[in-house]
Amino acid sequence: MLKCGLFFTSYNKEDQLFPSMFQKTCLGLFLVAMLIAPQVLDFYYISVMNLIMIAVIGAVSLNLLTGVCGQMSLGHGAFVGVGAYGCAVLAAKGVPFVLCLLGGGALAAVAGMFFGIPSLRLKGIYLAISTLAAQMILEYVFLHWSAFTGGANGMPVDPPSIMGFSFDSDERMFYLIFAVTVLCVLGVSNIIRSRSGRAFVAIRDFYQSAENVGVNLFQFKLQAFATSSFMAGIAGGLWAYYTMYITPEQFSISLSISYLAMIIIGGMGSVTGAIFGAVFITLLPEVLNTATSLVGSFAPDISALMAPLKEGIFGLTLVLFLIFEPEGLVRKWKMIKAYWKLYPFAY
Amino acid sequence: MEYYLQLIINGLVVGSIYSLVALGFVIIYKATKVVNFAQGEMVMAGAYICFALTVQYQIPFALAFVMTLAFSVLLGLLIERMILRPLIGEPIISVIMVTIGLSSILKSLVQVFWGTQIRVFPHILPQEPFMLMGLPIAPVYIAAFVLCLLLFAIFSLFFKYSSVGIAMRATAFDQQAAQSMGIGIKNIFALSWCIAAVVSSIGGIILGNINGINSQLGHLGLKVFPAVILGGLDSLLGAALGGLIIGVLENVCEGLARELFNLGGFKEVASFVVLVIILMVKPYGLFGTEEIERV
Repeated sequence: MLKCGLFFTSYNKEDQLFPSMFQKTCLGLFLVAMLIAPQVLDFYYISVMNLIMIAVIGAVSLNLLTGVCGQMSLGHGAFVGVGAYGCAVLAAKGVPFVLCLLGGGALAAVAGMFFGIPSLRLKGIYLAISTLAAQMILEYVFLHWSAFTGGANGMPVDPPSIMGFSFDSDERMFYLIFAVTVLCVLGVSNIIRSRSGRAFVAIRDFYQSAENVGVNLFQFKLQAFATSSFMAGIAGGLWAYYTMYITPEQFSISLSISYLAMIIIGGMGSVTGAIFGAVFITLLPEVLNTATSLVGSFAPDISALMAPLKEGIFGLTLVLFLIFEPEGLVRKWKMIKAYWKLYPFAY
Repeated sequence: MEYYLQLIINGLVVGSIYSLVALGFVIIYKATKVVNFAQGEMVMAGAYICFALTVQYQIPFALAFVMTLAFSVLLGLLIERMILRPLIGEPIISVIMVTIGLSSILKSLVQVFWGTQIRVFPHILPQEPFMLMGLPIAPVYIAAFVLCLLLFAIFSLFFKYSSVGIAMRATAFDQQAAQSMGIGIKNIFALSWCIAAVVSSIGGIILGNINGINSQLGHLGLKVFPAVILGGLDSLLGAALGGLIIGVLENVCEGLARELFNLGGFKEVASFVVLVIILMVKPYGLFGTEEIERV
């Protein structure tokens, strides 16, 4: 729903990312707020925000593949891992930061394309299972190719630096990650508006019609896998640089599942939705931590139950969302906006 | 040679448990077209309930076994009614994700009640190994294998001859047509979840008797995917054979990788490598129905 008094006189105007001045102002304010944030916030909040932004890149990229193109992937966590290891290995060889990040992304894109090849013949559940195989195989590679990945011990990563400026604190990393996140989110929004994006949507909605109107299924499916995994690789690279130590279990199947949960809870096929979902799923354990430390003073046993509780609440949230709000948080957001715009006349 | 023979036998035993879990998976898929990612966690839940009854409440094993099955029926009903029914007609990704959510819930419940350490069942069968062609085999292995064969025979007959079994096949084939012939689809859905929960629990109890159980048992559910894809998603015979083949294959691959390349843990991934190959070559598996689409 558009703001009252907003008329389009050409198709290009309708196709704009931010059609109204109000939206631009809000985004501008948000940008300023984000730039000031690290100066005023406490260390803990900055680190949580960094993790959220990395999750946003992952979720937005998975949403391009699963939400927009309709190719379900249970292997996204592993592609993030390929990016992280790619970056770490390149960085250890002394390659400059920007090249490392792009190299990690490219490596992840290659992995994504390789495991995306079966997608021409498979769909639905079969594709989900073949990407599950990708996850398991890549996890095995991380764990056992010790010459490159350090095996189960993992490998350390030095903080990145550009032209001698080292991003060695959480605040500095914040700006770096923020810049990359903005680039990725804008990138995905623009891909969705482009010719490829429309082809992706056509494939998701009905692949046979798409093929009939001249969409090359194989080309566009592979393109979706490549772009999505490339960005996943970027997310992985940033993660490696930010946490400064990577181990195989960070990129296990549960990471893939939490990315899927992000796009489902946020809203499939919508960039805003993926962002909401990433924020929600990353904040969930943090909120739970705070809650248990509050309750912990009354019931000291509860800290032992922390890990299972986190898992259970994650599962419960997922189930409840799927049952009661299958279209995700983005639908709630739209309803709030509609309420606001229509205010005294709610019809 | 003896080494490999031993590997094959171990593979057959583990494979027969995969077959059981795959059987539950296939029954649900056949009747409801739901892909159940929580199958491994259902195995775990059954195993822990039986463990709690026999060890913590000191109930004799036979009685505890029956009580566990009764509990599984309840669990199946509960899952179907509370979680799956609201999602009838939703896209496949939602249904997959809801079963993934369910698996997280079951896993966390087990960890809350029983913690994460390995628990061992009391020994029911004699420990003295049984000699077969000069190889020692524990009686529990043979019991597991026989029990699995028995269950398969029962279910094959059930689907072939009983009226409920025929109704389940009809539902699987065409839900609308079945409903218009007076078959209660909702009951069929509930029944298939109950059967799946029961066979999974039996698998869990057998596993508990072989290796003991811990809260990572649910990981077993992932092994079921290669087995059912190999056999064909909607074929009982396929599930049985697929489970056995995957069980043998992963043990033999593990042995080979250890001997030839000195690589450990190849077991975990061998079945998935096979899975990718099967999906590329024969996506509907050995006995699965091919979906043919015409425009």
